[in-house]
Amino acid sequence: MSLAAFLASLDQLATDGPARIAAADSLEAWSEVRNALVGRQAGRLSEIMNGLGALAKEDRREAGQRANAVKQALEGALEERRAAIAAAAATSGPALDLTMPGRRTWHGAVHPVSLVIDEVIEIFRELGFTVALGPEAETSWYNFGALNFPADHPAMDLHDTLYLGDDQVLRTHTSPVQVRTLQQYPPPVRILAPGNVYRRDFFDASHAPMFAQIEGLVVDEGVTFADLKATLTHFAHRFFSPTTRTRFRPSFFPFTEPSAEMDVACGVCAGSGCAVCKHSGWVEILGSGMVHPAVLEAAGLDSERYTGWAFGMGPARTAISRYGIPDIRILYDSDVRFLEQFAR
Amino acid sequence: MNISHDWLERFVPHGRTAEQVRDLLTAHVATVEGFEPLRADLAPFVVGRVVESERIPDTKLSFNKVDDGSGALLEVVCGAPNVAVGAKYPFARTGTTMPAGLVIEKRKIRGFTSNGMLCSARELGLGEDHDGILALETDADPGTPLLDVLPLGDVRLVVDVLPNRPDLLSHRGVAREVAALTGVPLRLPAEVASLPAFPGKPATGAQEARVPGLRVTIEDGEGCPQYGAAVIAGVTVGPSPAWLRAAVEAVGGRSINNVVDATNYLLHGFGQPVHAFDAAKLAGDAIIVRRARAGETLRTLDGVDRKLGTEMLVIADAERATALAGVMGGEASEVTAATTRVVLEVATFEPRRTRTTRRAAGLSTDASYRFERGVDEAALGELLALGAALLASVAGGRVEHLLHVGAPRPDPAPVTLRPSRVGHLLGDAVPVGEIRAALESIGFRVEASGDALRCAPPSWRHDVAREVDLIEEVARLRGFDRLPDVLQGARPGTVPDHPLWTAYRRVRDLAVASGLMEVRPLPFAAGGQGHALVRVRNPLGEDEPFLRTSVLDTLARRAEYNLNRMQGDVRLFEVGTTFRAVPGALPHEEHRLGVLVMGLRRPPHFSEPEPPAWDAWDAKALAEHLSAAALPGRAIALEPAEAPLLWSIVVDGAPAGVVTRLALDAPVWARPAFGIELTLGVMPSAPPSRAAAGAPAPRAAVPRFRALPTTPAAVFDLALLVPDTIAAARVGEVLRDAGGTMLERCELFDEFRGGGVPAGHRSLAWRLTFRHPERTLRDKEIEGRRAQLLKTLESQLGVRPRTA
Repeated sequence: MSLAAFLASLDQLATDGPARIAAADSLEAWSEVRNALVGRQAGRLSEIMNGLGALAKEDRREAGQRANAVKQALEGALEERRAAIAAAAATSGPALDLTMPGRRTWHGAVHPVSLVIDEVIEIFRELGFTVALGPEAETSWYNFGALNFPADHPAMDLHDTLYLGDDQVLRTHTSPVQVRTLQQYPPPVRILAPGNVYRRDFFDASHAPMFAQIEGLVVDEGVTFADLKATLTHFAHRFFSPTTRTRFRPSFFPFTEPSAEMDVACGVCAGSGCAVCKHSGWVEILGSGMVHPAVLEAAGLDSERYTGWAFGMGPARTAISRYGIPDIRILYDSDVRFLEQFAR
Repeated sequence: MNISHDWLERFVPHGRTAEQVRDLLTAHVATVEGFEPLRADLAPFVVGRVVESERIPDTKLSFNKVDDGSGALLEVVCGAPNVAVGAKYPFARTGTTMPAGLVIEKRKIRGFTSNGMLCSARELGLGEDHDGILALETDADPGTPLLDVLPLGDVRLVVDVLPNRPDLLSHRGVAREVAALTGVPLRLPAEVASLPAFPGKPATGAQEARVPGLRVTIEDGEGCPQYGAAVIAGVTVGPSPAWLRAAVEAVGGRSINNVVDATNYLLHGFGQPVHAFDAAKLAGDAIIVRRARAGETLRTLDGVDRKLGTEMLVIADAERATALAGVMGGEASEVTAATTRVVLEVATFEPRRTRTTRRAAGLSTDASYRFERGVDEAALGELLALGAALLASVAGGRVEHLLHVGAPRPDPAPVTLRPSRVGHLLGDAVPVGEIRAALESIGFRVEASGDALRCAPPSWRHDVAREVDLIEEVARLRGFDRLPDVLQGARPGTVPDHPLWTAYRRVRDLAVASGLMEVRPLPFAAGGQGHALVRVRNPLGEDEPFLRTSVLDTLARRAEYNLNRMQGDVRLFEVGTTFRAVPGALPHEEHRLGVLVMGLRRPPHFSEPEPPAWDAWDAKALAEHLSAAALPGRAIALEPAEAPLLWSIVVDGAPAGVVTRLALDAPVWARPAFGIELTLGVMPSAPPSRAAAGAPAPRAAVPRFRALPTTPAAVFDLALLVPDTIAAARVGEVLRDAGGTMLERCELFDEFRGGGVPAGHRSLAWRLTFRHPERTLRDKEIEGRRAQLLKTLESQLGVRPRTA
């Protein structure tokens, strides 16, 4: 091929190209034109460039420069045209009614009881607690004996506990996880044990035969009641508000000594007394206490060397008061209209 | 335990208000969970002042104008003789309910309208005085609530007594604590302190004692360590004196007669259940404590005929059982209006035996409640004498004899306390002097023993058995709120997060992000898969006596619950436990993820009024995605399974879950439901040991960076005619194998049957993306690949391209 022919082809392209570009009136048409003119595979410019190799060596430089100039001109025109088409598309046609709803997807939801458990765990995690779990079907020993229940404790009554066998129960609290964990891991132990527990309570507005509990346990050398009070008060301040008042009152659990219930000042009446707090000004949040030496001993620890504290709370009750749920059964029904209220 | 504030104050004149006592007990002893002003029924009454008064001729009535503070003068007709102008009286406005139940209404009397009532003491339940209305000596303005004016304030404190403290089940027991906390000494209430002492000594014996007219024999010393009896003659059964009636009513009881009320006084005042027999009805003048005989029967005071069993302990006379020991008396020996001679039983029944008797009888009483928890055995002698004297005093008899058979069991053994250990546990040293004083204030005898203290609990504190029990006493008497709170620095714990918890959190995050809603339903089931069902021995209902074997079954019932409420868009998930029976061991427990989807795939939108419904392909992808999130680092495959299952979820080569269509009890409008169930792991239940800290859970492979492509890709489609006998996955495999390293992606994008496709075939189309890492692929190379792929398909599978 001669240089002249090569350049003529380029000129032809330089002349035809802009007209074809100007004729493209949609992005699809524009795309076709671009491929036809400067497309790498089948574009006219590429075809012409394929002829470059056939030129005399001394002509190639000029040919190359010309081809580049044509390419730049075409690409410039293409970009200009694309912008023009896009601008026209944006302004032409009926305007979007931007008040119309966006296209949503379904939102999932965490169960309100799990929300409370999450929050408890989040607060204690900052203090170095990890999560331990245990089985829901337990031996009487783990559920009662190891926890210092006397052999004929009323809680072991058939009316209170669901039995699976002579020596097997559905755990009545998460406290067996204390013993299992202490058997498996040496102190220091700082754990939370969330899980389902069972009682032989008939379903009504405030009782359920199964409910969630979350247990906390700290065992190490030199752990004191002062640490229990400070940690649980810190928890109350994080969970409720930094100004929430707490009180500890004597209580009794076979597996802690001393035992203390922690109350917080009623959030509804701020302590002046109302129906929510049964006019006491206080709402019970959790039971706690220093781990009974008999429990440490049952788990094989030296109760002179180690001390510990534990607490247990019922997230369902907390959820009920926190979210204003009137009947505990709603938590179990799984009505989607209820669950959706906790969507996020 | 109901505590009367007035009664308590008679034991310990503490001078504090009921509110202060409530707070003191709650902070140091036991929670006061009820605070009930006893005359709340008088809350609506107000002070009324008579402004004008004139007699109604020919009657005893007066017509008055009363100022009740409302601004208008009310016309009130009154029958009392003592109405005086200017005086103030209790006034009941119309609508007020009188203590006796009558509602005051507007009435016409002799042509006069009466808008309320001026009240007498008796009408207000304040005494017997009914000679006239109750004149109030007060400066209070008309309209002031009556309760603000009259000193009527007994308050019932409801104390939540926990099982370790049966000593608090009486006014004296609570008063001991108040005395310790306030420093005001404990004493006997005036009404019993002044009673005459019995002049003689009780007749005693180890198993038996006799006095003229009564023999007491303990045949079952294990069930009844000691039995005291008083013979009181010349009794007149009748109404109680006002103070006794008030005491009984203050704790929520009902006054019956002087004998019964006196027994209740001992129960609530001193925590000692006692029982009065009509001595004339005891055959053979005998009281025998023994096991019931097989076939024996007894009609108890509640009028129920009871068949007795040999596990039960009874009080019998010479012929038959006449009371359920420690639980309830019998009708045959009941005190009646005709009774003149009473045998008062003051005994100790053993806790376990009482529980056995109570359970066998299915009858719980105030008496059994106390015996089951343990009474103060050392107080029996004192209370026998006191009870006899009290009964004689209120019922007008005389104490003839006292008998005391058996003996109290020994006081609890002394416990050693190291004062240093108090600080060690509480986080703050408590001075030895304070420790000592605290324990002594509640009846412990404390002796120094080297550096330690030897502390002998009082007879009523059998709950104190270890050093830590003493530390608790010190802590609570000082007050938990006065103990320090110091956040201690902590060493990191040794316990890793449980892998099943980690799996739950991972899978839950993805499930929620996928639009699913978490549920926490009950895990009971009517039945289940397989034979190894776990049955609850004492289920709440026989309709669902088993523990579930499948989370999906539970979700299916929850979906039906929603369908019944016209909710068809159901997207539920749960991570819960399933149970399978294992002979001779705890059930096998698995934590499983369950998912149920039904209804629209996404909310309707105006651009697409009817979005697609969830289908099997959604469920498959969801299952793949959730499985990967739950079980990182494991090989997960969804293998086709037999109907009604769709796929089996295979993890590391073993089946671990399913994807299935669900057959629900569903209305016609419901969309198909799909379920996913995946085992996240097994919850071990064997006793753990230190060594058994298992292998760490597999973790997801760490992603490795791959260089981003710098060369263009070549994309082409292959539409193939695939016989129905060949699975799409097989074709895909062949394509990937034959495509070589430059095949970057291979995606099935179309399935078609019908026009142009021969019977027994379908058209499947793949989009293939090839890329050379270093250069642009040439057209010829791409054509070559295409031809070679088609050739391989033809030779290996007999699959040919779809032409036309």
